Amino acid sequence: MLEVIIASSIKVVFVLAAVLTGCAYSTYLERKVVGHLQHRIGPSYAGPYGLLQPIADAVKLMFKEDVVPDKVERVTFALAPIISFAPALLTFAVIPFAKDDNVFGYDVKMVLSDLNIGILFVFAITSIGVYGIVLAGWSSGSKYSLMGGIRSSAQMISYEVSYGLSIIGVILIANTLSLRELVDQQASTSIWFFANWYVFKQPLGFLLYLTCAIAETNRLPFDLPEAESELVAGYHTEYSSMRFAMFFIGEYANMLAVSAVGATLFFGGWQGPFVNEVPFIGMFWFALKVFIFMFFYIWLRGTFPRFRYDQLMNFGWKVLLPLALFNTMVTGLIVVKGWF
Amino acid sequence: MNLDTIIFLVSAVVAVFGGTMMIAQRNPVLSVLYLILSLVAQAVLYVQLGALFLGAVLIIVYSGAILVLFLFVIMLLNLRGSEDFGHGSKPISGVTKFVLALLFVFELIAIVRTSLLQADSPIGMMTAVPVDFGSVKAVATLLFTKYLYPFELAGVLLLAAIVGAVVMTKGPEDEGAGATDELYGIADKEAEGEK
Amino acid sequence: MNDMLKAVGNVFLKMPKGFVVTFKHLFKKPVTLDYPRKKKPMTPRYRGKHYLERYDDGTERCVCCGLCAAACPADAIYMEPEENEKGERRASLYEINLLRCIFCGFCEEACPEEAIFLGQEYEFSDDNRNSFIVDKDDMLVPHPRKDNPLKRIYRRVRKVYGVVDEH
Repeated sequence: MLEVIIASSIKVVFVLAAVLTGCAYSTYLERKVVGHLQHRIGPSYAGPYGLLQPIADAVKLMFKEDVVPDKVERVTFALAPIISFAPALLTFAVIPFAKDDNVFGYDVKMVLSDLNIGILFVFAITSIGVYGIVLAGWSSGSKYSLMGGIRSSAQMISYEVSYGLSIIGVILIANTLSLRELVDQQASTSIWFFANWYVFKQPLGFLLYLTCAIAETNRLPFDLPEAESELVAGYHTEYSSMRFAMFFIGEYANMLAVSAVGATLFFGGWQGPFVNEVPFIGMFWFALKVFIFMFFYIWLRGTFPRFRYDQLMNFGWKVLLPLALFNTMVTGLIVVKGWF
Repeated sequence: MNLDTIIFLVSAVVAVFGGTMMIAQRNPVLSVLYLILSLVAQAVLYVQLGALFLGAVLIIVYSGAILVLFLFVIMLLNLRGSEDFGHGSKPISGVTKFVLALLFVFELIAIVRTSLLQADSPIGMMTAVPVDFGSVKAVATLLFTKYLYPFELAGVLLLAAIVGAVVMTKGPEDEGAGATDELYGIADKEAEGEK
Repeated sequence: MNDMLKAVGNVFLKMPKGFVVTFKHLFKKPVTLDYPRKKKPMTPRYRGKHYLERYDDGTERCVCCGLCAAACPADAIYMEPEENEKGERRASLYEINLLRCIFCGFCEEACPEEAIFLGQEYEFSDDNRNSFIVDKDDMLVPHPRKDNPLKRIYRRVRKVYGVVDEH
């Protein structure tokens, strides 16, 4: 029992440290990449190549005054950043990050919790995260925040439907909800290590997942809840100091989470060359895949302008949802007929 | 007292507390929040019974979708805690409240009595849970075999509700220069310009 | 249906084009500079903070004639004259209020001794107003000057000692 607790604690600390560092350096990555996309150089002052910039930001935010405006609903105002921050981190509890290995004589499962409904857990947690934004918008007592909150709730409800449907194809083929089994099924021993990745069996599902994931995390080009040209900063207009920082980290943790889930579902998670010889290399492959997702996110941000609100709704309901249903039906038919 | 009992007790108390606070709140948004708390606690109970799937679905469907819609509506109506609602209700409702509450209490007592007295009754904690209780397969099998008709009927009912909502939001077409036209007037002009 | 086909078409036909464009720009040389560390050289005719020139032997060129103050449209220059040990006229006090100054360069044009010039420095910021009033010590170039003069001075040599003028 004690051994289990110690092993779990070490894993939790490891994953939390990795995720939080990942969040911090995603902000750096974003500022650097968007900078270069726009012919700028991005942060360069704190440390070599500005590598200490996230730490400088964190220190700055921590020492800022925590302003609570007069007309806020205090309880919900304090609760909202926590609700938006915690679920984002919880997602990583079910994501396998390396091949199971024998470490110091103990068999260690390289996943915090091997739930047999892992993917549903991710979706349940993601759906809770909406409240953070909605409540922040409502409790701030500011019209910009309220507009941001209303927009985000409408947007997230609309896109959550397609988001859920987009992965059903994969689940139908894999016949499991456990992320660990999903990764195992995508293993391949041949030289074509990517042959069994689900992205090749579910290309449409992948595109839908990618689109909906971006909308779910409120990122450009779907960042209407915080459209700065119209809403100042949207739902977190009235937040400052660490409360703001929690929204900020939460957003990046969410991005990392959907990237990690996407990598696990469609790109074989930690699968890659040499994972059987050196199990720990799986961690590297996984990190690489998540990095590519994150890079895509930022690249997308640097490439396309924001949607208009009616375009966003039309796109969600009239394009993504029918496509997701179509994908589900076709996949279901193929699975039932046994063509895979 | 083992860990399971502690978890059960905590989540049960939280569930009941959330439910009670939900009714007791004046502020509708806080009501919704307490309902979410209650639902999450209930999800924990499901998980404890081994019904991971049901727990996850409870959170996804209720907390994730339905209650967000509730919040959405509340925010659109912008009901704040300071607003009076509930005052000026008719005297009859007071009586009805009590009658309904009494009925409910009797019902609860009856359920608890039957489940406590008869160990093999289908209700209550006494019965052993089947192994695949609440698993994806068990739920799906039930939904698509035994309860197929109710399932499909519920689907049709929801469809009717959606159609109704669409009709209500669109409003009568012959009203011409209604509020909707003012709202979308600019967009319409733009569309004409494009043609 | 139409919308859907259009959107799918956009994903495969138009969006990749956009991605390619931005990806190309990712590797172009940034147009911005790593500013506090690297500075862009200003044009030779840039009008920044003033400096006061010296003769080659180190005496100040400024004779405190007051023409610059007269020419100054912003009334930013104040000076008080005195005599140095050789009986020559020079400024005991020469102040420019940089907050008033509009950097028009009229003082430079008005100066008969070619003593005042507008230099290249543009980074003056401070936390109190008084430090924007610069005096002679702030503006005089160091005596054995380390760098070449930014602007060409025609009357390089002092006439007072009878040395032949360049012109």
